[in-house]
Amino acid sequence: MSNCHDSGPRKGLLPNPTIPVPHAAVNERPLIVAIIGPPNSGKSTLFNRLTGLRQKVANFPGVTVEHRMGKAKLKNRQEVFLVDLPGVYSLHPRSEDEQVANDILKGVRPGFAKPDAVVLILDVTNLGRHLVLAAPVLSLGLPTLVVLNMADDLAVRGGKVDVAALSHELGAPVVLVSASKGTGVDRIQQFLSGTAANLAGAKPARVELPVLNDVPKCRQWASKLNTRASYRAPAPPIWTRRLDSVFLHPVFGPLVFAAVVVAVFQSIFSWAQPIMDGMTYAVSMSGQWMGMVLPNGVVRSLVVNGVWAGVGSVLVFLPQILLLFLFIGVLEDSGYMARAALIADRTMAKFGLQGKSFIPLLSAYACAVPAVMATRVIENKRDRIATIMIAPLMTCSARLPVYTLIIAAFVPNIPLVRGVLSLPAATMLLLYVLGFAAAVITARLLKSTVLKSQRSSFILEMPPYRLPTLQSLSLRLIDRGRVFLRRAGTVILTVSIVLWILANLPLSHGKMPEIENSYAGMVGKTIEPAIKPLGFNWKIGIGLITSLAAREVIVGTLGTIYGIESDGNSEGLQKALHADLTPAGAVALLVFFAFAMQCFSTIAVVRRETGGWKWPIFQFSYMLALAYGGSLVAYRVANLFFQ
Amino acid sequence: MIFNKRSQMAATHKRPATLAELRNGEEGILDRLDLPDDIARRLMELGFLPGNAIIPARTAPGGGARVFRVDGSEIALRDDTAARLFMRLHFPSIKAATP
Ligand SMILES: Nc1nc2c(ncn2[C@@H]2O[C@H](COP(=O)(O)OP(=O)(O)O)[C@@H](O)[C@H]2O)c(=O)[nH]1
Ligand SMILES: [Mg+2]
Repeated sequence: MSNCHDSGPRKGLLPNPTIPVPHAAVNERPLIVAIIGPPNSGKSTLFNRLTGLRQKVANFPGVTVEHRMGKAKLKNRQEVFLVDLPGVYSLHPRSEDEQVANDILKGVRPGFAKPDAVVLILDVTNLGRHLVLAAPVLSLGLPTLVVLNMADDLAVRGGKVDVAALSHELGAPVVLVSASKGTGVDRIQQFLSGTAANLAGAKPARVELPVLNDVPKCRQWASKLNTRASYRAPAPPIWTRRLDSVFLHPVFGPLVFAAVVVAVFQSIFSWAQPIMDGMTYAVSMSGQWMGMVLPNGVVRSLVVNGVWAGVGSVLVFLPQILLLFLFIGVLEDSGYMARAALIADRTMAKFGLQGKSFIPLLSAYACAVPAVMATRVIENKRDRIATIMIAPLMTCSARLPVYTLIIAAFVPNIPLVRGVLSLPAATMLLLYVLGFAAAVITARLLKSTVLKSQRSSFILEMPPYRLPTLQSLSLRLIDRGRVFLRRAGTVILTVSIVLWILANLPLSHGKMPEIENSYAGMVGKTIEPAIKPLGFNWKIGIGLITSLAAREVIVGTLGTIYGIESDGNSEGLQKALHADLTPAGAVALLVFFAFAMQCFSTIAVVRRETGGWKWPIFQFSYMLALAYGGSLVAYRVANLFFQ
Repeated sequence: MIFNKRSQMAATHKRPATLAELRNGEEGILDRLDLPDDIARRLMELGFLPGNAIIPARTAPGGGARVFRVDGSEIALRDDTAARLFMRLHFPSIKAATP
């Protein structure tokens, strides 16, 4: 622990004296520092700690499958750009996420400057294997800080390591830290400011490295260094083993899994409800207030009935969506996700996929966009495309507002199974199951026809269970909150305004028309014949069209439509819906939203990740056909029950 | 691809047992990996190196895959992959098993 960099970078470690560099020359552009390391070594935790809220909003949450950028503020007003990379075991990538990390690190990814320095973060509780990655990283010749993370865990489980000796062997500074507790992180900051001040002086010393292509040789090299640094491996993680004997138990394992899923749904309904009621109240009060302060006329109508009715009715769902992301965050950060993938592997194999497909599919419950990105962890190209194709069938959080609205309006709150579940929650669960069933059947079809491939392999590390940090979880939520609000402020706002205009034109005798006779009404009426067999009228039709941009837009649209109709009367959206939908029509609408691909963002990301229009076009048409057929059948069947 | 020259000779007179045949909790020493290059490489990076000790820790619920303790961590593999990892039959010089 003796190699602090208080007095300049790597002083006392370099055999040759450091050459002073004029400061101004280096400080012209901020330093770019890449954080690299094996999966689950704590890269994102460290990144979050160093950057805090100064991160760029990620367009996908959860497991890092692409770089994330953020600014680290250091003492004396220096700024350093940090890049959080996906986890790698070596610099021989097998999957797309590893390729991204590899390319950015080596400076060959288009549009990316080569990093100026590297923070290599290793899990010190398994230093033997993790140290192997130091060989290829050091051979890049960039200024490198080796961070041994999980110092707290090492101490608790009785391991030790001589940091100074290891630093001497590696020819690079080494620090022992705990990214989650924050101990030792100040020395990482010192490295960053030292490197920023004197980049050339921070180059690693030349040490003998093994032949990188020879894995056994590299591993031997790591063992040798471990011995020289008197590394004592900690005792096995007993808690992880105890937990696994439950979570991977042949009977309890799947039961726990099912219990977790049910708990998530129930809590989304019961816990989020009071907050949502509060939000609804706040939205309607602020609408009334705006109605009072604004002068009567076009502006008031636009703001209150157009914008606020549209945007406001979507805003209400923010708490519910954040809660869902919180759950997924806990599952991912704790290490349970890997177990879930293992449990799912057998089932996934039956549909021609593998356990790793399960992880993106689970995050597709939050949002298909990150899920499509998360398929990068799947090594086999055809498996990856099949997973991308089915991801939007999983019930994403954008469907939640639609489902919640329709269910609240049409499904009575009756307790089931002695109050463990309620009828609305059960309906919701059923919709999730419906999406999942459609997904696996589609996967089966694809994998036995166009995407047929050899049985793929499944290799997955089961990381020790770890307590997620409050900071990482809250940063995720803040990130998601921003994305949601940005969408409400752009897509939904635009659609609401355009819709309000179309709903109030053409003027007849200088007055705004009834919505029926407006342009929006005409569009709705035009498609009405096509959707009549599904039990939808022209008003729902307008919603179906606007929700092509994003599913939750239909809620805003209906808000706008009824806002116009009721003209200031704050009649509940739920009650208003009863006028336009029969119970059977409601069932059909739920089924339609379960299957249809109404999301521009997903189409865009599928195009990007599959490298062309072929797959997104196929996917959109397939899901539309499924939605139409599905709701047609649902409407007919439901009509038999509700007669 | 075969990663151990000595074992090639051994393989001619007796077929070594595979990792898939090892029971849970039983320790074995890996001899060679008979898998395509890229998968073999990844497995070696994860600690499945000839000469290393491996213990199957538990079976996945429902079967089909198992979790193996190797080189300080736990890695899940499907049974058909484990069946391509051949074990040493006699191991006079056991390398210290990793916890
Ligand atoms: N005990 C302990 N846990 C940590 C430490 N650093 C990170 N973790 C936990 O390890 C898990 C994986 O961390 P993460 O940053 O997501 O790893 P990544 O895959 O490298 O980005 C999370 O649950 C963290 O809370 C640490 O220093 N000590
Ligand atoms: Mg990460």
